[in-house]
Amino acid sequence: MNKFLTTGLGAAAASVLPAIASAQEAAGLDQRINDIFAGSTGWFVNLIFAPLPFEVAGSSFPWIVLWLVVGATIFTFYFGFIQFKAFGHAISLVKGDYSDPDDAGEVSHFQALTTALSGTVGLGNIAGVAVAVGIGGPGATFWMILAGLLGMASKFTECTLGVKYRNEYPDGTVSGGPMYYMTKGFKERGLPLGGFLAIVFSIFTIGGALGGGNMFQANQAHAQISGIVGDFPGWITGVVFAVVVFAVIVGGIKSIAQVTEKVVPFMGILYVAAALVILIVEYDKIGWAFGQIWEGAFTGLGVAGGFVGALIQGFKRAAFSNEAGVGSAAIAHSAVRTKEPVTEGVVSLLEPFIDTVVICTMTALVITISGVLVMDPATGNFMLNEAGTSIKTIDGSSGVQLTSAAFATGFSWFPYVLAVAVVLFAFSTMISWSYYGLKAWTYLVGEGKTKEIVFKVIFCFFIIVGAAANLGAVIDFSDAMIFAMAVVNITALYFLMPIVKREMKSYFDRLKSGELKKFVD
Amino acid sequence: MTTSTIVVGLDGGEAGNRALAFATTQAKLIGDCTLKIVYVIEWSPFSFQTSEENAERHKRREEELSMARERIMEPAVKAATEMGLSVDGIVKHGDVSDILDDIAKKNNALQIVVGRVGLRGLKERMFGGVTGRLAVASSVPVTIIP
Repeated sequence: MNKFLTTGLGAAAASVLPAIASAQEAAGLDQRINDIFAGSTGWFVNLIFAPLPFEVAGSSFPWIVLWLVVGATIFTFYFGFIQFKAFGHAISLVKGDYSDPDDAGEVSHFQALTTALSGTVGLGNIAGVAVAVGIGGPGATFWMILAGLLGMASKFTECTLGVKYRNEYPDGTVSGGPMYYMTKGFKERGLPLGGFLAIVFSIFTIGGALGGGNMFQANQAHAQISGIVGDFPGWITGVVFAVVVFAVIVGGIKSIAQVTEKVVPFMGILYVAAALVILIVEYDKIGWAFGQIWEGAFTGLGVAGGFVGALIQGFKRAAFSNEAGVGSAAIAHSAVRTKEPVTEGVVSLLEPFIDTVVICTMTALVITISGVLVMDPATGNFMLNEAGTSIKTIDGSSGVQLTSAAFATGFSWFPYVLAVAVVLFAFSTMISWSYYGLKAWTYLVGEGKTKEIVFKVIFCFFIIVGAAANLGAVIDFSDAMIFAMAVVNITALYFLMPIVKREMKSYFDRLKSGELKKFVD
Repeated sequence: MTTSTIVVGLDGGEAGNRALAFATTQAKLIGDCTLKIVYVIEWSPFSFQTSEENAERHKRREEELSMARERIMEPAVKAATEMGLSVDGIVKHGDVSDILDDIAKKNNALQIVVGRVGLRGLKERMFGGVTGRLAVASSVPVTIIP
């Protein structure tokens, strides 16, 4: 452990020391990383976000957004609105009502759910929502909630399959995720190309782990810190983060991860509580805010791209925040101890609900009510910034700083709390995604200590890149990679959904007949 | 088949040994009595874990169980059996007071015997330790050995 730690630190120090030599050179390094980054990822971003050949209401529509929403809608209908029908059952599963007491000590439904949540609740809920509302106006919230509700069915599908087709090794450890249901599930149904899909998915997962699960996090954490202590080069934040993440995932310093895992849920609760307090204080504006959300959803209230702009932003941010259909949750949920894969699918549908329908909506309401978005009192429409790309804000901020400014209207000290929350959320998301990325990596190159360390070192390097690159380039790349995972994953889900339906029917039949009983009185 | 049961909680330390010694004496006095010796590995299904911990959980659980059986349960069961008693050793994960009470209820036990340990940490000082909670919530008589 120490050997890796010191050589790792040494290498990191060696690579940044020359840069510290002069401040001018350091700013240059920032810019250089940025240029290389934007230049080398641009083509992929363009491919994923290519607009549909026709225009909707005078504005272009990226095909990928349609892909996700259509997928979620199909799953919703195919499984007969499972997200509403099984909602109550999901809660009793999480409470442990159906857990066999003899399995005590194994991973519980609650643990699988919270672990998966700590990978998704994070900057998407804070910064991502601000981006969506900043560009698409409050109306984006409506589409975000809708996408969240539909996404619950996608999660159900992928997590059921994740548990059903996971690998259980002789030593008692488990590995699961889309790459396993792609290979095993396709084989079971006699379909070709399962192995090919698994490889493509793994490649994109590694990209997603380095993008949304890493660089986006580092970037927004840096933005938040520099918003408080003043501007300083991004690579400094990057190096600090990289060293701590390195210590945890390579050095195996569990205590840091354990502390984070315990502090992060409290941060989440604190965040929601703060939002609630602001909403309670401004309760007279809640009706108005929902009016804005409703009206904006169908008219746009003057935002760039009109209502389609609001819709695209809402759908995009919801997908990025709750990752429904992406496949990452299938990796996180597959460790649960259960004889019934459907139970974990049912539990997992709570994830988009908590993440998007509850937490994202809170953020959006606070931003809308706080008045940080500038309105034209004459028309009731929002005013655009000089470039005409997003809504003008009172202090010109966007992303996490916009959320920060919105919360600061309620509590002046909130930006400090938010800074701590952002750093911790960023950190826990990085730890989660380093695991997802690692699973994809070992699927491709095989298991082994050295191979794992190679990936972990690459992962840490990208933290520095992410903190130094500017937000636009990072968000675009993160989105592109995460959505690319969804292209492969949802394709596989279409082929495998009859298996899920069979499992679902059998499970709920047995539940109804009383064959499956609660263990608590 | 014996007709009465005494449940003994072990903690892997001195307090558990004192409880076992007391219960052994009681069981011999009763004569027709089974000892259920219980060791609980503290674990909550509502704790927060990382993905990596989850993936390795099953393996860790097996390790924890076999270690507890080997180091704590087997010596205790052996000692009590040598005294000529009918003995049953149970190792489980969960909440100590809940599990002791569950086992006592299921077996219609005469009593639960546990050793007293000092209160450790702020949480126990505020909410009471295992023995305190057991004494408050148990459905059968509890003997706490100082």
